[in-house]
Amino acid sequence: MTATTASPPPASAPLDLRIAPARRRREATVRLLFLAAAAFSIVISGGIIFTLIGNALAFVVQVDPAALWTDGWFPRRGMYDIKTIVAGTLIISAIAMVVAAPLGIGAAIYLSEYAGARTRKVLKPIIEILAAIPSVVLGFFALAFISPTLVQTLFPGTPLFNMLAAGIAVGILITPLVASIAEDAMHAVPAYLREAAYGLGARRRTTSIRVVVPAAVSGIMAALILGVSRAIGETMIVAMAAGATGGSLFNLNPLDQGQTMTAAMTALAIGSDQVRGAALTFESLYFVGLLLFLFTFALNLLSDSFVRRVRRRY
Amino acid sequence: MAGTTLTATDAVERRLRGGTTDWRSWLLEGALLLSLLIALGILLVLLADIVATAAPVFLERPSDFMTSPLSARPEGAGIVQGLVGSLLITLIVSLVALPIGIGAAIYLEEYARDTAINRFIRTNIRNLAGVPAIVYGLLGLAVFVTVLGMGRILLAGGLTLAVLVLPIVVITTSEALAAVPGSIREAAFGVGATRWETIRSHVIPYAAPGIFTGTILSLARAFGETAPLLLVGAIAGTFSSSGGPIEQVTSRYTTLPTIIFHWAGYPQDEFRALGAAAIAVLLAVILVVNGAAIFLRNRYDRKW
Repeated sequence: MTATTASPPPASAPLDLRIAPARRRREATVRLLFLAAAAFSIVISGGIIFTLIGNALAFVVQVDPAALWTDGWFPRRGMYDIKTIVAGTLIISAIAMVVAAPLGIGAAIYLSEYAGARTRKVLKPIIEILAAIPSVVLGFFALAFISPTLVQTLFPGTPLFNMLAAGIAVGILITPLVASIAEDAMHAVPAYLREAAYGLGARRRTTSIRVVVPAAVSGIMAALILGVSRAIGETMIVAMAAGATGGSLFNLNPLDQGQTMTAAMTALAIGSDQVRGAALTFESLYFVGLLLFLFTFALNLLSDSFVRRVRRRY
Repeated sequence: MAGTTLTATDAVERRLRGGTTDWRSWLLEGALLLSLLIALGILLVLLADIVATAAPVFLERPSDFMTSPLSARPEGAGIVQGLVGSLLITLIVSLVALPIGIGAAIYLEEYARDTAINRFIRTNIRNLAGVPAIVYGLLGLAVFVTVLGMGRILLAGGLTLAVLVLPIVVITTSEALAAVPGSIREAAFGVGATRWETIRSHVIPYAAPGIFTGTILSLARAFGETAPLLLVGAIAGTFSSSGGPIEQVTSRYTTLPTIIFHWAGYPQDEFRALGAAAIAVLLAVILVVNGAAIFLRNRYDRKW
C-alpha cells in the first residue's frame, strides 16, 4: 500500500487478515486435545457408575434376600446384614461430628471475627497444612494414643479396638476441613454488615453470633455436610482402630468394636490375597461400594446446593 | 477497665454497658479461642507422640531403617520398598494426572462456553472430587486389575491414584486460571494472538504459582493415600523387590502408608515404634512439601 497516490487501494487486493492455515490447524488440534482431557472426566464417572452398578447387581441377583437382614456382617459366612455396617458408619460419623463441629466452627469464628490480621495470616495456612495429614497417621494415633490413653482411662474395661476412639480420630481428621470451609464462608460476609451492627452499638459477640454467623449459615452448613460426607467415606482410621476385621454382629454400643461400610470393604480386600475368595465376596464389595457412593453423593449434592445459595446472595 | 485512672472513654463505655463487666463476651471469646487451640493442640500431641515413639528407631539405626527391606524381624525391618513404591506411584500420578487435569482445566476455563454439556462436565468433576477414595479403589480393581488384566502391579496402583487426584488437579488449576483477569487475555488478543498463543504466553505464566501449588498438594495426597491401594494390591508381607524401574512398575509393590497400616496391626511393641518411625518419614515429606507449596502460593499471590 503506497500512500503517494490519492486513490484508495484497489478492491481486488484487500489486506489479508486471515490466520495462516498451519496456525489455524494447530489451534484446532490444541483445542481438541483439551476437550478430550475434559471429556475424560465423564469416562471416569461412567466407569465408576458402570462397575459399581454392574457388580452390585450381580450380587443382588445371586444373594439370598434373607442374608441382607440378619444378625451381623460376616461375608465369608454368607451373612450380609446391611443395617450392621450402616449403623457402624452412622455411629462413627456422629462421634466425629460431635468432635469436629464445635471445634471446627469455633476455630473458624475465632479466626474470622476475633483474630487479628497477622494471626489469621499465620494460622490459616497451618490449618490448611494440617488438613493434608494422611488418614493412616490418625488411624495409628487412634490405636496408639486415643484408645489406650483417653478412652480406656475414661471407660475402664473398654477393648483396645472400639468405635469411640475411631470416631474421635475421624473427628480430628475432618476438623481442619470444617474449620477451613466455615472460615471461608464467614470471611466472605461483607464488612458493611458488621459495620452496620457496630453502628447500632452491638458488641463483637453480638455481631459475630447474630449477624455474621446467620449471614454465613449456608457456607457453614456446607462445611458440616462435607464433613459428614468425609467421615462416612473415611476408611483407614476405621479399618485400623474400630476392630471387627473379621465381621461384626449388629451393635450400637460405641465402646465396642464395630464395622463400617468402608472398613467392611478393606476387610474383604485384605482378608485374603485374592478378593475372589468365597462365593460372593467380590460382588459384595461392590454392593457396599455402591451403597457408600450413594450416601456420599447425596450429601455432596446437598452441600453443593448450600454453597450455591451463598453465591446467589453476594 | 480496671485501674484507678478512669478515662472518659472507659467511663462512657461502662455507663453504656450498665456498669458491669461483660463476662459473657469474655466467655464466648475464651470458648472460641479454646476450640482453636484444642484443634491445633491435638495435632501437636499427635506429632509429639509419634516423635517420642519413633525416637529409639532413629537413634539406634538412623540410616539402616531407611535402606532395609521389609522383614518379619522388627530389628531388621526397613521401609526402602515402601519409599521406592510411593515415589514410583507419585511419578506415575504426575505423568498421567497432571497433563490430563491441567488440560481439562484449560478447556473449562479458556475454551468452554456456558453450554449444558460444559456445565455438566463441571458439576461432574466437582462430584468426582467428593467420591470417597476407597470407591476409586473399586474402580481400579475392576478396570485396571481385572478388565485390562494388569493384575496387582504397581502400574495399576499408580493409575488408580492418578484417577483419584485428577478432579483435584482440575479444580485447583481452574481456580488459578480463573484468577487471571480478562484484561490480560484481551491484551494478547489485541495484538493478534490466537487463543492458544494467548493461553501459552499470557494466561499460564500468570497462573503458574497457583497451578504449581495445586499440583503439589494433589501429589502429596497421592503420596499419603492408602485405602484404594489396599484394593488394587499393595502388600506388606515380606517380598523381594529387585530389578530396574520397568520391572518394579510391573511387579507386586508396597507403599509407605501401606507399611504403616500393616505395622500398626502387628502385636509386637517393636513394630509400633517402627510404624511411628515410618509415619515420621511420611509426615516429614508431606508437611514440608505442602508447607513450602502453601507458603509460596501466599508469597506470590497477586491481587489484581
